[in-house]
Amino acid sequence: MRTINHDDLAALAIGATVLGTGGGGDPYIGRLMAEAAVAAHGPITMLDVDELPQEGLVIPAAMIGAPTVIVEKIPNGSEMRKALAALERLLDRKTVAIMSIEAGGLNSIVPLALAAELGLPLVDADSMGRAFPEVQMTSFTIHGVSATPMVLVDDKGNSVTIETINNQWTEALARMATVQMGGSALAAPYPVTTAQVRQAAIRGTMSLAMEIGHIVGTPGQGSDERIRRLLERMRGAVLFRGKIRDVLRRTTGGFTRGTATLEGHGPDSGSVLRVEFQNENLLAVRDGRPVAMVPDLISVLDQETIRPITTEGLTYGQRVLVVTTPCHDVWRTPRGLELAGPRYFGYEFDYVPFQEGGVA
Amino acid sequence: MSYRLGVDVGGTNTDAVIVSSDGSVVAKVKRPVTDDVVTSIRIAVREVLSASGRSASDITHAMLGTTQVTNAIIERRNLNRVGVVRIGAPATLAIPPLTSWPEDLRRAVDQESIVVRGGFEFDGREIAPLDLDAVADFVDRLRPDISVLAVSSVFSPVNADHELAVLDLVSTRWPDLPVSLSNEIGSIGLLERENATVLNAAVTDVARRAASAFRDAVEQAGIRAELFLTQNDGTLMTLDYAMRYPILTVACGLTNSMRGAAYLSGVTEAVVIDVGGTSTDVGVIRNGFPRESSMAVEVGGVRTNFRMPDLISLGLGGGSLVTGDPSSVSVGPRSLGHRLVLEGRSFGGGTLTFTDVANAVGAARIGTHRPEVDANLAQRAYARGIAMVEESIDRIKTSAQDVPLVAVGGGSALLPDRLEGVSQVRRPEHYDVANAIGAAIAKVSGRTDRVYALEGRQREDVLAEAQTLAEAEAVRAGADPGLLEVVQVEEIPLAYMPGNATRVRVVVVGPLAAPKPALG
Repeated sequence: MRTINHDDLAALAIGATVLGTGGGGDPYIGRLMAEAAVAAHGPITMLDVDELPQEGLVIPAAMIGAPTVIVEKIPNGSEMRKALAALERLLDRKTVAIMSIEAGGLNSIVPLALAAELGLPLVDADSMGRAFPEVQMTSFTIHGVSATPMVLVDDKGNSVTIETINNQWTEALARMATVQMGGSALAAPYPVTTAQVRQAAIRGTMSLAMEIGHIVGTPGQGSDERIRRLLERMRGAVLFRGKIRDVLRRTTGGFTRGTATLEGHGPDSGSVLRVEFQNENLLAVRDGRPVAMVPDLISVLDQETIRPITTEGLTYGQRVLVVTTPCHDVWRTPRGLELAGPRYFGYEFDYVPFQEGGVA
Repeated sequence: MSYRLGVDVGGTNTDAVIVSSDGSVVAKVKRPVTDDVVTSIRIAVREVLSASGRSASDITHAMLGTTQVTNAIIERRNLNRVGVVRIGAPATLAIPPLTSWPEDLRRAVDQESIVVRGGFEFDGREIAPLDLDAVADFVDRLRPDISVLAVSSVFSPVNADHELAVLDLVSTRWPDLPVSLSNEIGSIGLLERENATVLNAAVTDVARRAASAFRDAVEQAGIRAELFLTQNDGTLMTLDYAMRYPILTVACGLTNSMRGAAYLSGVTEAVVIDVGGTSTDVGVIRNGFPRESSMAVEVGGVRTNFRMPDLISLGLGGGSLVTGDPSSVSVGPRSLGHRLVLEGRSFGGGTLTFTDVANAVGAARIGTHRPEVDANLAQRAYARGIAMVEESIDRIKTSAQDVPLVAVGGGSALLPDRLEGVSQVRRPEHYDVANAIGAAIAKVSGRTDRVYALEGRQREDVLAEAQTLAEAEAVRAGADPGLLEVVQVEEIPLAYMPGNATRVRVVVVGPLAAPKPALG
């Protein structure tokens, strides 16, 4: 058990951007909401998965919609509370803890506002270990847990309850309803029991994100030392040091796809790394050979500040450090790769884990 | 021949130039900024007119670039008390206005804020009907305590009707109360746009005083010209227009020097470096205008999203302190600033600066004394400073190819003629007053940045509508309607959003309309 205070929220926002691997939405709005809730209701208690009660309902909360809309039409603030209450009524159970569905991006931090407001504990876990763009891409889906009943509530107070035959359908219907609601909404998906959390959640990811944020956000030590600590904590490796030589973006079907090309320096002089992204960074290709790929994490950091750079922020001339971290083992199962492996994102090859890729 | 007067008030100096209508620089002066600012403007205007040998009646336009608005925000001085209206409830209530502001600035500015029902969705539907009565009650109650109102509505860059309805109400019932509307100031991103709008409202009086000081200085010199202020994108606003959008002047000094550099060198695609006493700014001109930043920009500790040039600022200038030994030398960011000419070794003082090491390695010849510097230390310190410059140039340019560099500012004489990644270093004549020249030669712009739902509409119609809006803004700002030119069209589809919602940005630029015939 530990307590999350105001400073931890700033750290979580930074760490969530690292784990967002270039996408997942800017946590800024979520941070402000969580800060306001903590200021009004006091700090949040965070429980390890093993500290959860034997029985009880755990509700993840998440924001769904277009980042451009989310930064313009900020939530009302009561949506998550209403969604949770609707689920409790429907299931006739009381919530014992709140959870983040993803550890990366905006949705890592949004549920903390709800936890603070209701005085409920937050579980130190998520269901991705990173950020992914679609509702069904969770460790819960891999373990056969349904994403529904799911309640979607908008800023005006409208709500939709979705019950579906599988989690792909949940994604499709939730996305449709969100457009009608004005492009953004808050959701309470995956009502799970504490037993299901123990079975399927990815543990320790909230404290991981906060520790990453504290390492990145605390200047003073040399950047080499901070990078060493960061890699140790993330079990990651530096994939490449270089300068961005070119960034190409194109928007197709509501998704921004693109490629950043890096020219190596230092130990990577003479090499070229290509990072392909579609909202998140998906693939790193060194001198024509894939060296890291989704679902493993690929994060681009500023070489000097070691702050994460989102795919929108990539520009020519930045000196960057590309870091890769192994995904949770659940994503390396056949079902995990079917949900979020390279082929799901349109690549014509099978997943190769980053260690076996022979990365120096 | 007619003439233009350009004045730039910077941190250290007030510069003034007179430029003829064929574009040549007739006279220039540089005077230290006085504490009241006004006096130095008056002196500089008087002296440059006299140095030009022209008559006051030959000056048809006068342009001012000033840091007064920026300084007022940074120093939290002389700010207006603002009534803050946000239109968007029931959305947006999760984060009230001014949430992340520094406490001292918030206290200096914020009288009270209200979030009323209204605003729009991205596709133009209403979130809720506008609650105009709530606005009326709020203003009625606050009127004795506020001197200006800031109004921001959700998705006003898509549909500004609710903001305009509040403007109508206020101009009818409280005609003396100035109103800042967010759709005229910022783009998508409610909190950043709202912040910029509140800051804009807060500097209303500061801007009025700066403008009237400029008007007085010009009139006292006998000049009867049309007056303009320069804004962040390097274009002009009439004094009346600038009084409505004073926040748009916050980065004009840097922009003016970039525009001046482009003009003086005749180059329209280049990297510009402005080297001063304490800092160096590196930016890019594209099509003769500064490239704009795509990231949120902080002003006085507040996140905003309005147009600012994309710049890298370095703590390196002529007065930067050189410390350490040859094996671990450092240059800046601490600087002697304007005390360089008293305490620097090249001026007979005892402090080692970047100017001194540049002199010692033979890269420059500045000052009154030959500085005593260890040759090895000088080499390494100079190389260190130049490496900082080269890295910034490389970071700011957009492709790997070598680019021309235009060097301006008093400290640019310290730079070598060859730099990594640079095809040619150009040092235009009058480089030391490039900022005032940038003000004097400025054009007028207008722009739109809105989200359009393209479904059921022709793309061409939408683009034409955006261009018409941009042109109307340029004409309001003083442009000649017949000579407008579209310099930028951008269409950005919204991500994660079926239905073809697209953000459209159009910028048009044109020369000033001919001066109105003088009366009497």
